[in-house]
Amino acid sequence: MSEQVGSRLDPWVDSYAQRAQGLTASAIRALFAVASRPEVVSLAGGMPYVQALDTEIFADIAARVIREQGTTALQYGSGQGDVVLREQILDIAAEVGVKSHADDVIITVGSQMGLDLVTKVFCDPGDTVLVESPSYVGALGVFRSFQCNVVHVEMDDQGLNPDALKHALATHRNVKMIYTIPSFHNPAGLTQSQQRRDEILAIAQENGVLVLEDDPYSLLGFEGEIPQAIRARDDHGVIYLGSFSKIIASGLRVGYVIAPHGAREKIVLAAESATLCPSNFSQLTISRYLAEQPWREQIKTFREIYQDRRDSLLESMQALMPAGTTWTIPSGGFYSWVTLPAGLDATNMLPRAISELVAYVPGTGFYADGQGAQSLRLSYCYPDPERIREGVRRLASVIEKEIDLIATFGVSSPNPTAPTTFNPFTNLG
Amino acid sequence: MHILVLSGGLSHERDVSLRSGRRLANSLREVLPDSVISESDVTAETLQVISMDKPDCVIPVIHGAVGEDGSLRNVLESLGIPFVGSSAQAARLAFDKGVANSLVPQENVPRFVVLPQSFFRELGANSVIDAVVSDLTFPLVVKPLTGGSALGVTFCLTRDDIPSAMVAAFGYDDHVMIQQAVTGTELAITVVERGDEAAALPPVEIVPVRGMYDYHARYTAGHTEFFTPARLTASDTQHVTDFAVSVHKVLGLRDISRTDLILDAEGNIWFIEVNVAPGMTETSLVPMAISAAGLSVGQVFGELALAATRR
Repeated sequence: MSEQVGSRLDPWVDSYAQRAQGLTASAIRALFAVASRPEVVSLAGGMPYVQALDTEIFADIAARVIREQGTTALQYGSGQGDVVLREQILDIAAEVGVKSHADDVIITVGSQMGLDLVTKVFCDPGDTVLVESPSYVGALGVFRSFQCNVVHVEMDDQGLNPDALKHALATHRNVKMIYTIPSFHNPAGLTQSQQRRDEILAIAQENGVLVLEDDPYSLLGFEGEIPQAIRARDDHGVIYLGSFSKIIASGLRVGYVIAPHGAREKIVLAAESATLCPSNFSQLTISRYLAEQPWREQIKTFREIYQDRRDSLLESMQALMPAGTTWTIPSGGFYSWVTLPAGLDATNMLPRAISELVAYVPGTGFYADGQGAQSLRLSYCYPDPERIREGVRRLASVIEKEIDLIATFGVSSPNPTAPTTFNPFTNLG
Repeated sequence: MHILVLSGGLSHERDVSLRSGRRLANSLREVLPDSVISESDVTAETLQVISMDKPDCVIPVIHGAVGEDGSLRNVLESLGIPFVGSSAQAARLAFDKGVANSLVPQENVPRFVVLPQSFFRELGANSVIDAVVSDLTFPLVVKPLTGGSALGVTFCLTRDDIPSAMVAAFGYDDHVMIQQAVTGTELAITVVERGDEAAALPPVEIVPVRGMYDYHARYTAGHTEFFTPARLTASDTQHVTDFAVSVHKVLGLRDISRTDLILDAEGNIWFIEVNVAPGMTETSLVPMAISAAGLSVGQVFGELALAATRR
């Protein structure tokens, strides 16, 4: 036999950075390819219901942006973002009590980029980031990519638990940030009370730790007052991430960061390194929309649609879910967090669910440490109420079959195909 | 010539199938610039599209059910549409691992049992597992009866590993196969009918960098090392390629197949499975074998498409 050299199909396989080691193919991620098919009721992706937008309005605005501001729209722009839009963002931020100055606003390509930039600016490899338990999968991906030590902190029915937060701060070194989604949490569907926000802020201040507040859903509440942002109480200790993705259009990819002066300077420079500048065309389109259209009315329309769908989900689950299944009751946003009967593993159950034409996101995706096997996230934002009912009917049947399977074998299964990283939003089309 | 490449569908391997279909269609366009190469997902409109467009030939690249279980091929046969690949009947035999394992020479088949989920419920899972493992030697492999890409497959080192492996496998199929695991050189051998003869292409040897050749190792470039042709003696190469051709013939397969087997240290061949719609992605085995034979994917499938139209 000769000394034959094999091929690993990638000449750079030994050259990748440590942070890229987890970026591998995943069977679970591949299963989401099926979720995009119309036969499947997808309760997986958090896709805004953009069908509720009047696309003719956007067609008209886009045409006028090009016709009247074409040389600006098609040119590079400011790394910090369009100043007019930054002024307009202050009006939206004021809805959640955030008072700021346009100089402290940085426009980003979705708030996901804001997450990336803030982490890049603050975190060295090995630094600790405290996150809720569970937490947003996209944030976990960012923290992992910067090689942060991600520590989950328990939640209760009011969100992040203050005692657990104190304990985490006392037991972990190099804590750089507390990452929190205080309103209509993704994936848990929970909302922090005002008192809870004050407690969390006080703990952060006592410990000199930055709060990174991710707030894409706060204008999408179904009842009561708009929750006030944590940043409303502290301009210096909180960096605020906002987004137009859930309240106008996710496809335009416009989000924003509101940061204290010193951090803002660094974030702008980091943003310029990453993208030079956000899309002028998208910014001008959003800006005109905000200037010309009754955007608060549009958000009200979204709220009504999502509330109707939330109700459909909760009623269906109440009627159909097998005993032992529990779920959170969101008062806004897109998600409910479902806990399965003991012994069931949502990741292992997913292939069966896909076979039965219903999709969800397994809970393990919302943890950096392998927790969440017994949980899953359901999104009610995209399918209409009738489809949601059908999806829950299918899911309830899948759960019942899984209960039967587990009872037959007396165990839950291992997780041979567990993803190291996956983003359920990527493959949903 | 109008060739329609069908991929996707609703199986668990949809993502792999879509990638296979795109790659195959692009390869065909390179070698057949004057032909129309169209691509389609398998949807409720597919048969209507086929009836209206009347392609000269269909190439089904659908992995898993519908594509490999014979049903789509059955309908194409009913419509009189030529297609590349095995007949519906042969595909059905190959798709069911229990049937395929029963049809190839038994001295080449690791001992196995196939059982439905209901059987465990009726007779008691522990009793059934005890009975099954009493006749097998660990390690064992537990896998869904159908489907590919190693989805739902678990290696079991002890009796305690079996129940959870069952739960994982039953997520993909309502029957499981419990089979004696075999160690040795893992090989994939593509058989192609060019002209009148079925001939094997150079075997591909698969060496996962870490652990088993699971989904992650299959579709992440860099996580598996491939040797094409496999590092075999001439006689072993002859031995395994003859075996793959015999599998192709015994099961009545047509045009192209990929037989997966293990050659153990004593030179024994152990059949694992045979695929009638093998993957054609960037990390798939058939394109490697085709390339090692000095051919191109477009060239091979272009010839097979032309042959299909003449059947």
